[in-house]
Amino acid sequence: MAYTSFADLLVAAEEHETLAAAALHLEALETGSAPEDLRARMRTTLDVMRSAVADGRSGRASSRSGLVGGDAARLTAAGPGPAGPFFTDSLAAALAVAEVNASMGRIVAAPTGGASGVLPGVLLSLAERTEADDDALVDALFTAAAVGGIIAARASLSGAAGGCQAEIGSAAAMAAAAGVEMLGREPSVSGHAASLALQGLLGLVCDPVGGLVEVPCVVRNATGTAVALAGIEMARAGIKFPIPFDEVVDAMGSVGRSLPPSLRETAIGGLAGTPTARNLNLEDS
Amino acid sequence: MARQRSVFDIVGPVMVGPSSSHTAGAVRLGLLARAVFGSTPACARIGLHGSFASTGRGHGTDLALTAGLLGLAPDDLSIRDAEQLAAEAGLEITFDIVDLGQVHPNTASFELSGPDDHTTKLQGSSLGGGDVMITQIDSYDVEVTGELPLLLVAHLDRPGEIAAVTAVLAEESVNVASMQVSRERRGAGALMLIETDVPVGTAALDRISSAPGVTGVRVVPSV
Repeated sequence: MAYTSFADLLVAAEEHETLAAAALHLEALETGSAPEDLRARMRTTLDVMRSAVADGRSGRASSRSGLVGGDAARLTAAGPGPAGPFFTDSLAAALAVAEVNASMGRIVAAPTGGASGVLPGVLLSLAERTEADDDALVDALFTAAAVGGIIAARASLSGAAGGCQAEIGSAAAMAAAAGVEMLGREPSVSGHAASLALQGLLGLVCDPVGGLVEVPCVVRNATGTAVALAGIEMARAGIKFPIPFDEVVDAMGSVGRSLPPSLRETAIGGLAGTPTARNLNLEDS
Repeated sequence: MARQRSVFDIVGPVMVGPSSSHTAGAVRLGLLARAVFGSTPACARIGLHGSFASTGRGHGTDLALTAGLLGLAPDDLSIRDAEQLAAEAGLEITFDIVDLGQVHPNTASFELSGPDDHTTKLQGSSLGGGDVMITQIDSYDVEVTGELPLLLVAHLDRPGEIAAVTAVLAEESVNVASMQVSRERRGAGALMLIETDVPVGTAALDRISSAPGVTGVRVVPSV
């Protein structure tokens, strides 16, 4: 079993020094695989993320329905906006991967296909910005996975079960925790970053237009990335969220269970229920 | 048969989009159906139930199921060309919208037939995150997840069959992770499903195939 609470993960991180090392240790113990083999496998995962960013930013990816595609290239071509080049790059990377996903390209589900843009959006851009090497990125992915495992154990990672907060919200929490550790902050700061990110997406509904992983899913990877970056920015400055991450996750699970089915990936409520969405006739496209 | 959560299930799997349930899971269902059938079928009639029926096309569920039947992995970029690849492979596929009753919303049924008279019927569901379960093989209720190598042994429902098969596995040092036995009715045909930690070798397979009362053996690799 993965870690089922951030409190447990913190205790393990005291022994192993980082969240990443604690996650790697448990995975090696449970699978019987050598830590270096697990790191090599995560390195392959990282390569897939990178290729997806490159593919998406080239603008070649367009979805089967034709509803999405080209926005990552549009943002790249527009160049740095008012929040600076790092922010533009982060959003473009997130859009890129989400567009590749929508076009049946190869991605890393993180934690799902629909939310696959957030981790690359946050972590690849942050690594470039801070000149972190691939070892640091591999560490970050282990940390992100451990945080995702906690959410899977306590709540859910599925939009059908818990709404978009369970997908994009979880991805943002995972990315924020990993991003803070990449900045060299101690493990407890990662918990605050994850809480600060997830609280900002609590209640977010899963309302895919036409039932497709396209609208709003693709741009929601970009807005989820922005929320994760806000969590990182606040936590690294020492801002603490008073509710512990485990309880924030429990709240997310509870909110998810109280969402009506129409807002849980059924393409009935929310944006999917708008007149424009209903008139799109996507299954015939 | 619940799987343990690995970090590579959370940051992963590596897959072709857009949906872990409607695309990656659908490829895995196709792969399992293909493995149980034993080869690329010549003809496949696929029933799409629930969410597979209503949002399947937009998620490429049809292409994903086809790709699995052709033996493509969930991260194979040629999944998007599966329709054409099926035509080239001589696989004729038809899709129907079906109502399979009280089953998981992401469920598909398969009727596979080969160049010979050999046919297999299956039903399976995509449970989320790429996890799947085959719930029916012909007339048997089963639980097949594709997480571990699986040995299917069709046999006569009579005393000693299970002991004969597990004795061979013991002698060949194959550890059994889980086991299910299902039968048509007392004294008729029966099916053993044995999940093992490592794939069963050819020596063990030959011995099991030739055991009295065993009518068929199929190896289903983990997918």
